[in-house]
Amino acid sequence: MFKRILIANRGEIACRIIKTARRMGIATVAVYSDADKDALHVEMADTAVNIGPPPAAQSYLLIDKIVAACRQTGAEAVHPGYGFLSEREAFAEALKEAGIVFIGPNQRAIAAMGDKIESKKTAAAAGVSTVPGFLGTIEDETHAVKIADEIGYPVMIKASAGGGGKGMRIAYNAGEVAEGFSRARSEARSAFGDDRVFIEKFIVDPRHVEIQVLGDKHGNVIHLGERECSIQRRNQKVVEEAPSPLLDAATREKMGAQAVALAKAVGYDSAGTVEFVAGQDKSFYFLEMNTRLQVEHPVTELITGVDLVEQMIRVAAGEKLTLTQKDVKISGWAVESRVYAEDPFRNFLPSIGRVVRMRTPIERTADGVDKVTVRIDTGVYEGGEISLYYDPLIAKLITHADSRAGAIDMQARALDRFYVEGIRHNIPFLSALMQHPRWAEGRLSTRFIAEEWPDGFVPLAPDADKEKTIAAVAAVMEFQITERKRKISGQMKHPHVPGDRRRIVLVGKSEIELEVEREGNGIAVHFIENGKRGPKRYTESAWKPGDPVWLGVIDDDPVAVQATDIPNGHVMSHHGIEVKVYVYKPWEAFAIRLMPEKVKADTGKKVMCPMPGLVLSIDVTPGQEVKAGETLAIIEAMKMENVLRAERDGTVARVLAKKGDSLPVDAVILEFA
Amino acid sequence: MKNILARLEERRAGARLGGGLSRIDAQHKRGKLTARERIGLLLDHGSFEEYDMFVEHRATEFGADRTKIPGDGVVTGWGTINGRTVFVFAKDFTVFGGSLSEAHAQKMVKIQDMALKARAPIIGLFDAGGARIQEGVAALGGYGEVFRRNVHASGVIPQISVIMGPCAGGDVYSPAMTDFIFMVRDTSYMFVTGPEVVKTVTNEIVTAEELGGASVHATRSAVADGAFENDVECLLQMRRFVDFLPADSGSGVPEWPSFDDVERVENSLDTLVPDNPNKPYDMKELIHKVVDEGDFFELSPSFAKNILIGFGRIAGRTVGFVANQPMVLAGVLDSDASRKAARFVRFCNAFSIPIVTFVDVPGFLPGTAQESGGLIKNGAKLLFAYSQCTVPLVTVITRKAFGGAYDVMASKHIGADVNYAWPSAQIAVMGAKGAVEIIFRSDLHDPEKIQARTHEYEDRFMSPFVAAERGYIDEVIMPHSTRRRIARALSMLRTKTLEMPAKKHDNLPL
Repeated sequence: MFKRILIANRGEIACRIIKTARRMGIATVAVYSDADKDALHVEMADTAVNIGPPPAAQSYLLIDKIVAACRQTGAEAVHPGYGFLSEREAFAEALKEAGIVFIGPNQRAIAAMGDKIESKKTAAAAGVSTVPGFLGTIEDETHAVKIADEIGYPVMIKASAGGGGKGMRIAYNAGEVAEGFSRARSEARSAFGDDRVFIEKFIVDPRHVEIQVLGDKHGNVIHLGERECSIQRRNQKVVEEAPSPLLDAATREKMGAQAVALAKAVGYDSAGTVEFVAGQDKSFYFLEMNTRLQVEHPVTELITGVDLVEQMIRVAAGEKLTLTQKDVKISGWAVESRVYAEDPFRNFLPSIGRVVRMRTPIERTADGVDKVTVRIDTGVYEGGEISLYYDPLIAKLITHADSRAGAIDMQARALDRFYVEGIRHNIPFLSALMQHPRWAEGRLSTRFIAEEWPDGFVPLAPDADKEKTIAAVAAVMEFQITERKRKISGQMKHPHVPGDRRRIVLVGKSEIELEVEREGNGIAVHFIENGKRGPKRYTESAWKPGDPVWLGVIDDDPVAVQATDIPNGHVMSHHGIEVKVYVYKPWEAFAIRLMPEKVKADTGKKVMCPMPGLVLSIDVTPGQEVKAGETLAIIEAMKMENVLRAERDGTVARVLAKKGDSLPVDAVILEFA
Repeated sequence: MKNILARLEERRAGARLGGGLSRIDAQHKRGKLTARERIGLLLDHGSFEEYDMFVEHRATEFGADRTKIPGDGVVTGWGTINGRTVFVFAKDFTVFGGSLSEAHAQKMVKIQDMALKARAPIIGLFDAGGARIQEGVAALGGYGEVFRRNVHASGVIPQISVIMGPCAGGDVYSPAMTDFIFMVRDTSYMFVTGPEVVKTVTNEIVTAEELGGASVHATRSAVADGAFENDVECLLQMRRFVDFLPADSGSGVPEWPSFDDVERVENSLDTLVPDNPNKPYDMKELIHKVVDEGDFFELSPSFAKNILIGFGRIAGRTVGFVANQPMVLAGVLDSDASRKAARFVRFCNAFSIPIVTFVDVPGFLPGTAQESGGLIKNGAKLLFAYSQCTVPLVTVITRKAFGGAYDVMASKHIGADVNYAWPSAQIAVMGAKGAVEIIFRSDLHDPEKIQARTHEYEDRFMSPFVAAERGYIDEVIMPHSTRRRIARALSMLRTKTLEMPAKKHDNLPL
């Protein structure tokens, strides 16, 4: 076994690999760019080597630097993680020349699967089902119909030279093929000057299902079941799970066997993934093979109990797979959410900056009592930075339970506990997704997000039950704060402190009347119905003022609610709901009802230079929508960078300054619409 | 006897109606609460004891004697906020537009005198049309009596003015002499002369909001220390604010049990200061992570944002925070920032509130605008304010402390008790480049030499250690232990005793 390995990657995957290596007694070497010098993977590794400036092209993608770092530290092998150099044949080659082991497949396998067309041919030759289609020249409409009849409907007619949707037609019967063929051809001619078209099977509501394979240098290949990654946004996977709710045992076996056949055909000798597109009818067709560890590999690890990184290291060191196909048992269900620094309220634009606060859910491993696992793979920490140079992944949150419903429920609860401040993130979206009935039913497709949120993301509105949960938590928080206020020093000897327990809780537009009192070790919330105490909720929690997440038990059910302070109230989020909550005494509630609703006045349309200075950058363009707090421009003055931020949401109308301008004070930099 | 008792209740009920139901409705339609509703929200429920409910004016000119309304446009009395005594007067806009008569002024004066004697804060809620013209010079006399009492109480008991409607003419000067002014957005405004007079005199056409709304006073004039969305938000925030304040100058800060461990370590602070010394960072994060439970009441948040001021608590006790804000104008000291911080420092000192200062200041802002705007005297205000402090002063330099601004920002030399620096601190007379260009002027033609000299200067002076070697810095501390260090220092300094030379009063560079 290796004594020392180098991880040619960063972020969560570098940290994850280091953990396994450490458990195996292997020393680890991290590499880092200047932007990552305080990163978690650098801290976790036994040694770390700087490999250059922040842009990946000048650091993480430089083969020579990685090889030099291996030489410098005496690393015998390199794990490439995913992305960066993980699928570069040249990297594997360079390592081989330097006598360093690449913890991944052999070069031939990388090469064979690296080319999209070649890999399809190899797959077809290995007996893997590929999308039926006709790649030759189609003579005329009759020919087209004949081909379509053979493939089966619906079919897609597409310009050979085309990209995007131009010249693309979907045909559901022979008549549509005939008509679509001539139209597609003429469109192709006018658009690309090339009228060749091809026909292939069109998969309605496609799903993304992939098989994890594992091979060694001794010709053994097994598969570890499938993962479904149909929840995607613009081809980027957002949520993954294993197994797939689509597959039955027979399909799984068929798919697995084909993946193994393909891996064997290319002499695959590491962990890899064979990706398929699947129809709702469980038909499936080869897409491509990824010759590396996938981002979503943890879901497979949790349902099989196999540490894929450990296996990769072992087979790279020449060990034989100790696992046989028979040993692979799939147990329970795992769901993974990718927590990204992307703002769901702004069409998932990446958000960069300092992670002011980050509280992750507590990791736990299934035991005899509680068969639930919560795992967090992250490379980010409180006080760290999400930089513009790399993938804005904050963490992968993976939950495992006996059933799919159990894993989803645990995922929802864990997301409620996941608190991030300072950068915008997609947790509100992930939380809403976990509550989505169609997701719960497993009726997925790669168009799921586009179909379910056609006009962009909006948080869920609370139902009556959740409203009560949120109101109870808010009331209990207020109760503790008020209780402490009564302990302030300097009170009159016999202060008139009212013992009135009645509260009106505003949850969004709903008013909930309740009373709060201590009871046993906890605090009881009595909901008032028709002026009298009605149903009760009993709460216990270690929450104290200042904690951003209320963690506790309400009537034996563990509950987490996040609360961000606003004047006199909180913005509370729970299970995909995000709502403003105020706890008022009855007379305060009476007064608040008299307050007018204000329409935000549109003042301050101009952004002016605050002091004489040099424009370092203008970060917005005319027509761009910006949110309050977003960077508009950076001005250098007194040798210091001053970041001008949007004071409110708006649209940029005009930009009047440009980079390099030297501006006097109050010069208009840009104007809002 | 029962009849007589019932008559009292009748008279009280009548007085509580103020200007009558239709005027109360009109007040509500403007998005405003009545004087008594406001007091009801400000004070602990049922704790208000009203005085002078039956006072009426005595004017006779212009037929004034034909209309008399009990209370005469102001509701006065006292009650408690979380059990602590406060005195209150609230202008009643439904009665003669809240205008000030002689009798009205006498009610205010009575409450001011009581507050001063009882050594408890006084809060005024303003919503009024100025002097009652019919009363003539008697109203002016009334104002003067109120003003004088504001001044006498200044520095003895906290005085807070909350502007919740019009506040014009003579009415503005009483708030102006109190410690804090807060406003309600869109429904309140303050000016010496209103839009009509402005138009007559200068032909300038301007709305009340443009002339004296919260948007002006909380951001540009600095007349107001804060602004809130509506009456309810404002009054509930006033309750929160009063919880930070001592009852008077001698009784010490209030204290309550803190839920937050004073030993709490914040590892994330170790990465707060960026590697690039020219990159800004948010000083508010440091304040939020140092104070108890992240609870910080910021004052003047929209004016001179290059300096942060406000109240927080450490170990359950009130602390005033002053901090340069590198996010805005690099945290430079200019006239506005100096004025803003100076007034706050003096309030804290007057009321025995310890001050914690976080320093990251590149210097004073150069330029003609600043110099002609009196930067010298304005900067001197802050220097003066810190130098006269007798309360505990704890200073933490996080990054830059350059030039004269280093001295001003609660340095050891002007009286700070405990001076800490983070390892990232740079305490120097100026930045490296500027310094080298002056010291090694003869080498200016040789960029290589200059670069070498710059490196030398940076190595030697861009650190906390030169200052620490001289004892100007008591200890270089880890950022993550800032809260613990400050808490210990404040605890040690609780018994600090320092007296300034006896004098009639000082002569602050106004």
